[in-house]
Amino acid sequence: MIKIIKYVITDILRNKIVMAYTIFLMAISLSLFNLEDNISKGLLSLLNITLIIVPLVSIIFSTIYIYNSAEFIELMVSQPLQRKKIWMSLFAGLAISLSLSFCIGAGIPIVLYAASSIGFIMLAMGIILSIIFAAVAMLSAVIIRDKAKGIGISVLLWLYFSLLFDGIVLFILFQFEDYPLEKAMVAITAFNPIDLGRILILLKMDVSAMMGYTGAIFRDFFGTQVGFIITLVILLLWIATPAWMSARIFNKKDL
Amino acid sequence: MIIASNVSKKFRKLTVLENISVSCAKGECIALIGPNGSGKTTLIKTILGMVVPDSGFITFNGQNILHDWKYRSHIGYMPQIGRYPDNMTIGQVLNMMKDIRADKEKKWDEELIDAFGVNALLNKRMRTLSGGTRQKVSACLAFLFDPDVLILDEPTAGLDPLSSELLKEKIIKEKKKGKLVMITSHILSELDDLITQVIYMQEGKLIFHKNIDELRKDTGEQKLSKAIASVMLKK
Repeated sequence: MIKIIKYVITDILRNKIVMAYTIFLMAISLSLFNLEDNISKGLLSLLNITLIIVPLVSIIFSTIYIYNSAEFIELMVSQPLQRKKIWMSLFAGLAISLSLSFCIGAGIPIVLYAASSIGFIMLAMGIILSIIFAAVAMLSAVIIRDKAKGIGISVLLWLYFSLLFDGIVLFILFQFEDYPLEKAMVAITAFNPIDLGRILILLKMDVSAMMGYTGAIFRDFFGTQVGFIITLVILLLWIATPAWMSARIFNKKDL
Repeated sequence: MIIASNVSKKFRKLTVLENISVSCAKGECIALIGPNGSGKTTLIKTILGMVVPDSGFITFNGQNILHDWKYRSHIGYMPQIGRYPDNMTIGQVLNMMKDIRADKEKKWDEELIDAFGVNALLNKRMRTLSGGTRQKVSACLAFLFDPDVLILDEPTAGLDPLSSELLKEKIIKEKKKGKLVMITSHILSELDDLITQVIYMQEGKLIFHKNIDELRKDTGEQKLSKAIASVMLKK
């Protein structure tokens, strides 16, 4: 399995996109930290950008990569290798290279400028989001045979997680504003890893004081040790569920 | 060695394999013959585990191949259309396969690599290869690990006369070592001096599985192409 991971990673690194992504992340984080005079302001801007870009790049790159590896997968499947291992190696290769480029691209500036607990949580969140969206991409690529359709679905999924979900939540909030929905909101955020990440980091920052009553409820939940651990478990579930489902489908897929 | 029992497969509504039962023994050289779309390649892919049958099962040396993968180390497979990672060179692909299948301590069989002169092309990228060179790479990979079973899907399609002759010689040589060889081909004339058995398929059904001598006797034709033609006419 390690051998296949090695081949996947060399193949990804030979592809210049990941390199470009790393440089892009580095340029953005460095310029943000230099533009803002206040480090936590810089972190906040960086947070907003990473929460958009990391999922987008992860999901699109992974989906296209899986489709382009059709030949490689076909070749491997006719060899004495377990299908599950082939699939998991692809996932591991993608997850490792995407996390690595986030670690280098955003990690180095964060360590240089904002080596605080918030900075490290943000770094961890970026890595977790990279892996989650690689897993989601694997799922959509294994379900849909057609490449254009699969990439389209991935774009839609990204749109859903970054924009539509918040819109739907706002809509629900306004429709049912007469009811106490604040506690339910905590549960609803579990359905979107990007929101979970955002809230977790925002609550560690001073700006959370401005988030009003809902913010207070969030703080009650996410601010505690238990809440933090539950969030972490949910995020890990966001990795494990799509990865496991896609491996199951791949196991029975006709090639 | 390979036994398929009642294997059926449907792609959506299209039945590709219908209750296929065959048994292939060691030392045989079996030709899989049938019109286009008769399910030959699908049958081969079910044996390799690339396609999972809807019903029925396949055993390899007495072991059910479902959920098994180790048996594939005994098979050398040459696909109909060899598809390889585009941006790897021939040398990288060969080394990768050697690396991945390195678990056994057998010696590599590089006879075909030498015969085809692939060594001179090691730095060529897979996407720049012609169809024939691709076929050569597929053939080299199928024979590289000295497997007990060779499954060749249209091996000579796209090969120049010299190379297909070289490949045929190699197949005969391996057959003599007591290996099981399965070949599909539409060029029946080149199968004549290779095969010992014929499996004839049509529309996903197995029409017959006979020894070549028996087929010759039944049809009264010496040449395989004429024998098959007379079978097809009778249907």
